[in-house]
Amino acid sequence: MKILVGIKRVVDYNVRVRVLPDGSGVDTDGVKMSVNPFDEIALEAALRLKEAGKADEVIVVSAGGDECQQQLRTGLAMGADRAIQVQTSEPLQPLSVARAFLKIVEREEPGLVILGKQAIDGDNSQTAQMLAALWGRPQATFASEMTLEGDTATVTREVDAGLEVIEVELPAVVSVDLRMNEPRFVKLPDIMKAKRKPLDVVPLADLGVEIGNNLKVNTFAPPPQRAKGIMVEDAGQLVAELKNRGLL
Amino acid sequence: MTEREVMEYDVIIVGAGPAGLACAIRLKQLKPELMVAVIEKSAEIGAHILSGAVIEPAPLDDLLPGWRDNPPAPCIAVEKDEIWLLSKEGKRRLPTPPQQKNHGNFIVSLGALCAWLAPQAEALEVDIFPGYAAADIHYSEDGAVGGVIIGDMGVDREGNEKDTYMQGIEIHAPITILSEGCRGHLSKQLIKRFGLDTDSDPQTYGIGMKELWRVAPGKSKPGLVQHTTGWPLDSKTYGGSFIYHLDKDRIAIGFVTGLDYQDPGFMPFEAFQQMKNHPMVRDLLEGGEILSSGARAIVEGGYQSLPKTEMPGALLIGDAAGTLNVPKIKGTHQAMRCGMLAAEHIAETSGWEGFDAKLRHSEVVRELHKVRNIRPAFYKGFWRGFIRAAFETITMGKWPGTLKVHADHSALKKLDEYTAPDRRWIERTLPPRDRLASVYFAATEHDEDQPVHLRILEPDVCTTRCTEEYGNPCTRFCPAQVYEMVEENDTLRLQINAANCVHCKTCDIKDPYQIIQWVTPEGGSGPNYQNM
Repeated sequence: MKILVGIKRVVDYNVRVRVLPDGSGVDTDGVKMSVNPFDEIALEAALRLKEAGKADEVIVVSAGGDECQQQLRTGLAMGADRAIQVQTSEPLQPLSVARAFLKIVEREEPGLVILGKQAIDGDNSQTAQMLAALWGRPQATFASEMTLEGDTATVTREVDAGLEVIEVELPAVVSVDLRMNEPRFVKLPDIMKAKRKPLDVVPLADLGVEIGNNLKVNTFAPPPQRAKGIMVEDAGQLVAELKNRGLL
Repeated sequence: MTEREVMEYDVIIVGAGPAGLACAIRLKQLKPELMVAVIEKSAEIGAHILSGAVIEPAPLDDLLPGWRDNPPAPCIAVEKDEIWLLSKEGKRRLPTPPQQKNHGNFIVSLGALCAWLAPQAEALEVDIFPGYAAADIHYSEDGAVGGVIIGDMGVDREGNEKDTYMQGIEIHAPITILSEGCRGHLSKQLIKRFGLDTDSDPQTYGIGMKELWRVAPGKSKPGLVQHTTGWPLDSKTYGGSFIYHLDKDRIAIGFVTGLDYQDPGFMPFEAFQQMKNHPMVRDLLEGGEILSSGARAIVEGGYQSLPKTEMPGALLIGDAAGTLNVPKIKGTHQAMRCGMLAAEHIAETSGWEGFDAKLRHSEVVRELHKVRNIRPAFYKGFWRGFIRAAFETITMGKWPGTLKVHADHSALKKLDEYTAPDRRWIERTLPPRDRLASVYFAATEHDEDQPVHLRILEPDVCTTRCTEEYGNPCTRFCPAQVYEMVEENDTLRLQINAANCVHCKTCDIKDPYQIIQWVTPEGGSGPNYQNM
């Protein structure tokens, strides 16, 4: 069985994200970019399945400009067997990514697609769900545990009410949550091996995908700054101050 | 423990700064068949680099002719130099000494410059590995340096292996090049082991802190280079500030203090913040925002303190050796030249022997020799230093004597030997409020569950002798508030907030007992500087 894993290049989680002065987006000049942490977890899950003999091949896929090859190489260094870049210079919204991934799915016919539950830049959490719907296959989102038995995946989902265990028939789309695993470190010699692993570049235009960028972003703004507080002497003064501000 | 995996190279370079990358590029230009690797502890190339930086472009012209057609961003030609002597409220323009005339030089971000050099090295098939720390030296059977050992990853605070444990590999090479920058922790071990500093004075240092600001539109004058001296430092403390005007309304502002300061109560971070609140600087910054901040020690010893730069199997280059030119306030051109010279030496001789002699007859050391007495002249205070510096400049260093240099940690006075001057410090209005607020802009990150990378060799000293004699100066000289004395049940305890560390190495240098040892944390940890 093949497993397909989605990889997105995002601003690293350590970076203090700054909105551009004109509100047109986020400043990425000189900013560290990384593999979306949830995608790293997805890849780790796939690699563990392969190591347990449940899969034969792990393929990492990313959609974007050539700079995302860096993240695909990271995926290859972690242990993926090969990589596919859906090449486009246009920024893609989830529906477009899902449509592009569907084309790759049709071509590769994986038994399982594992994606991060969301990317830490847009925080959309849509691609996995949309891909499952377009593909007409089951989805198991926000997974924190997964076991495979024959054609069935048993998945523990992290939902608002607690944990939900479901079974889905393969092929299926699984999106993973933080507690699924802790991704491995990349071994230095594996970085060298990754350079020799195949990385196919497929222009988005060649896939015949209709771009579905149907959301328009009006403006970006940082959250309001917290105003300076005051120290109050006692409860009486606290009440008075609250009343002063019309909060009581 | 299982046997470590081994990778073999012809040359392994430790540290992807200007020295290491220039060396790697030159090596492959001269001998493309050599297998060259560069390892770097920061997660991304340039993320641990912090400098002014105004650079002299000559070595870049030499290394990469044509670089001016595709320069790193930002890269702004210097238009004008200004030097100001500050008093608490006032300012006086000083004449610009010849070493500090920057005509033909460029204002850059050294971090961005390194991030721009790295792919050019990779295009020549240099293997660059960011995110891996060279934790130890691998010695060959004959005792020569035989390469480096990469630090283990996935080790918990107590030293146990976590689920993610990954043993670090060994990288073997006939020649190891240490380009770790100022106070490199492997360089330090090697200088000691091979006695490289027996014929030189002790190395001396400064601490530099820097912030990158986006100021209100129109305030930045791209190409303007300003330096200040005087307030807020007393005349016995060496230091000053730099204010470099970049494009896109950005300003790089920083403050350097000689680590030979005497006052055990002195806090370099506070001096920097005071300087920012001087009327001249405050006007510039008010209404702006901080984009990034950080700190890094700087080598200041120059000619007198330059250790022997070769040892069996290895070379020291750049600031790991100490090639920075203090009166020029520049090290990048020296570091790159030194790296290129090392490459040329290896390409020519296929070995390390003879590099030190070659370096000492090169432009790198000639430049240091000329200015050798300027920085030490300031040991006797600002004005005597100022006059002596003028003399040394006019005579171009031809006066035959050489002033001695002393170790910084020994300059610190004990509490009962020192009365601090009234610093008349003011209430500050500009951010950051304190050191923790500043560290936030360094985006520093260390997995908390890893061994503390600041080792105290004799922990008892901290709460007994040091508290009494010096009042725990580590709690003040650290720009990232790593060290805190915490009172618990009426007893004092040293708390080390290692996760705050910005890898500046000041503690390793200035601790009066020399019992703080900075070692590499897990690879990829540390600051994530942007355009610093």
